[in-house]
Amino acid sequence: MYRTASGEEIFVIDGHTHFWDGSPANQKNIHGKQFIECFYAYHSNLSPPSEKWTLEKFGKYDAKTMHDDLFVHGYDDMAILQPTYLGDFYKHGFNTTERNAAMKKSHPERFILNSAFDPRDGNKGLEALHANCEKYKVKGVKLYTAEWKGDSKGYKLTDKESYKFLEAAQKLGVKNIHVHKGPTIIPLNRDAFDVADIDDVATSFQDLNFIVEHCGLPRLDDFCWIATQETNVYGGLAVALPFIHTRPGYFGHVMAELLFWLGPDKLLYGSDYGIWTPKWLIDKFMAFEIPDEEAKETGSALTFETKKKILGLNAARLYDIDIAAQKKKIDAAGGYAHLKESVHAPK
Amino acid sequence: MGDSITAKRKAEVWRRLETVTDPELDEPVTALEFVTRADVDANNCVHIEFRLPTYWCAANFSFLMADDMRKAVRELPWVADVSILLGEHMYADKINAGLARGLSFQETFGAEADGDLDELRRTFLLKAFQRRQAALLAHLIQTGCDGALLVEMTLKELADLNLDGDGARLRARYLERRSIASDSLAASRAFVDADGDPLQAESLSAYVRALRRVDINAEFNSALCRGLLHARFDMETPLSTKAGRRPERPQVSSQDM
Repeated sequence: MYRTASGEEIFVIDGHTHFWDGSPANQKNIHGKQFIECFYAYHSNLSPPSEKWTLEKFGKYDAKTMHDDLFVHGYDDMAILQPTYLGDFYKHGFNTTERNAAMKKSHPERFILNSAFDPRDGNKGLEALHANCEKYKVKGVKLYTAEWKGDSKGYKLTDKESYKFLEAAQKLGVKNIHVHKGPTIIPLNRDAFDVADIDDVATSFQDLNFIVEHCGLPRLDDFCWIATQETNVYGGLAVALPFIHTRPGYFGHVMAELLFWLGPDKLLYGSDYGIWTPKWLIDKFMAFEIPDEEAKETGSALTFETKKKILGLNAARLYDIDIAAQKKKIDAAGGYAHLKESVHAPK
Repeated sequence: MGDSITAKRKAEVWRRLETVTDPELDEPVTALEFVTRADVDANNCVHIEFRLPTYWCAANFSFLMADDMRKAVRELPWVADVSILLGEHMYADKINAGLARGLSFQETFGAEADGDLDELRRTFLLKAFQRRQAALLAHLIQTGCDGALLVEMTLKELADLNLDGDGARLRARYLERRSIASDSLAASRAFVDADGDPLQAESLSAYVRALRRVDINAEFNSALCRGLLHARFDMETPLSTKAGRRPERPQVSSQDM
C-alpha cells in the first residue's frame, strides 16, 4: 500500500516477480551461470548503490526476504508470480510454477500465481498445462520464447504448436498471456526481438490479453506501433522502470511515448523482483513527472490518476481483483500491521 | 618491421574499426568499447578481439559486427590476413570457427539459419537512416527552417546549407545513410521517407514525431548495453583471462594517416 502525504491510498499490484533459484548448486552448466550473472548485471547496473545485493544473495533468496521486500519494506499489496523454467540450464528449473505455488501457499492473499507453457513440449506439455490450470486456477501464463530446449533455441507465437497451446489455455480459463522475448530464436539470421508475431496472435485471439514484458524492449519502437493497432496488447514496465534512477531523462521519453501511443489503461507496473525491489522504484515513480517540453509535445502526462492505473488498477482489471475485498483479506491476515509503524505513513 | 611502422599500422586499424557500427545502436564498436585488442604482427596479419555486453547478445548482430570489422580492416592495402576472436559469448565457439574459416553466417549456422544477414542488415540500416534523419530534421526545424522548404529541398541545397557545428555534424551523419532509402523519383531530394517517397509539409511534424520512437529506442538500448558491459567487465583495470586485454588505443593525430 502506498500512502500519499495527504493520506490517499494506492493499491499496488506488482505485475512481474520471481522466486528463483539461480544458485551455483542448482546450475546445470555454464549457461545457467551466465543467465543469473546476466540478471545480476541488470540489477547492479540499474539499482541505486544502497539497493545492491551480493551475487550470492541474488542467486537465491528465501521466501521471507521476498515477502518482506515486496510487502513490508516495499509498497506492493499483491504480486504476480511469473515462472521461468529453464530446465536446460538449471537442475530443478529456475523458477517453476511449483516453486512459486509454495510461496503463494504461505500468503494466499498476497500472490497471483501464473503458470507457463512451452509449445515444443507437445502432448505432455498440454497435459501439464491442463493439470496446472486445474490445480492452481491460473488466469495467466508467462511465455519465454527464447528458452533453450535440446537443439531448439526458441519458438515463435505464430508457430502451429503455439496456436494449439493458446487455444487450450483459453479453454482452461487463462486470460492473460505475458510474453517475454529473448535473444535466441530460429532462424538465427532474423531479428530475435521482433514483436510482429505478437501482432499476429493478438489479432487471432481477441479474447486473450497479451502483456508484452519490458514493453517490447529492445524493440520499443515496433512495440508501440503494434500496441496501438491491437486493443488487447499491454506493456509491462519491468526493465524500463529502473531507468528512472540512472537515466530519468530517457525514462521520461519512454513514458511519454508509451502514454502517447498506448494510453494510461494499457501499462502495468512490474518490479521484476529480485532484479529490482519495489520500495525505491515506487518512491521514484510517485515523485516523477514527465518533463514539460516532452509533455507539451506529446500531450502525455503522468498524472496521479495515471499512476494509480499503472501501479494497480490496470492489473486488477486483468486479473479480476476486487480491491476493496482484497484489502480486507490482507488486513485480516495482518498484512497492514506494519503500516501503523509508519513505514509508509507520511512524515 | 620497425616499431614506428607497427604503431602507424595499428593506428590505421583502429581508424578502420571506428567505421564499424553496432547495427542496433548505430554507434562505432570502438566507442562502445567492444574491441579489446587490435594488433599487427610481423607478417602483417591483424588480430582483433572483441566482447559484448552480455553472454546472450544476439548471434546475428555479433556475427555481423565481426564480419564488418574484417571487411573494414581488409581495405587497408598492406593487410595480409585478419583474425577475429569473440570472447565470452553463448555462440563464441561456433562464431569463431566460422570466422576463422571465412564462412558466411548461413554456412556457420547451417540448419539454424534460413539465409544470410542481408535483410537484417538492411532493417537496421533503415532504422539508422530514420534516426539520423529525425535528428537532423528536428535540428533544422528548431533553428527556424521552414517545413515547406525542407520537404522540397534537394540534396545539393542541403549540402550547401550554412550550418553550425551541431547541424553540420548531424548533416554529415545523415548523408552517410541517405542512400539506404530506396531510389525513386524523389532521388534528388534531401529528405525522403524509408520507401524513398517525398515528405509532405503539412504532416512533417507528425512524421518527425513518429521517427522519434526509433531514436528513443536506440538511445535506450545504447544506455542499457553500455551499462551492462560495465557491470559485466571491470573497465578500469586490465582484463586478463576473462575477456582479453583492455583496449590499448594509440594516440594518433590526423597527420599520421
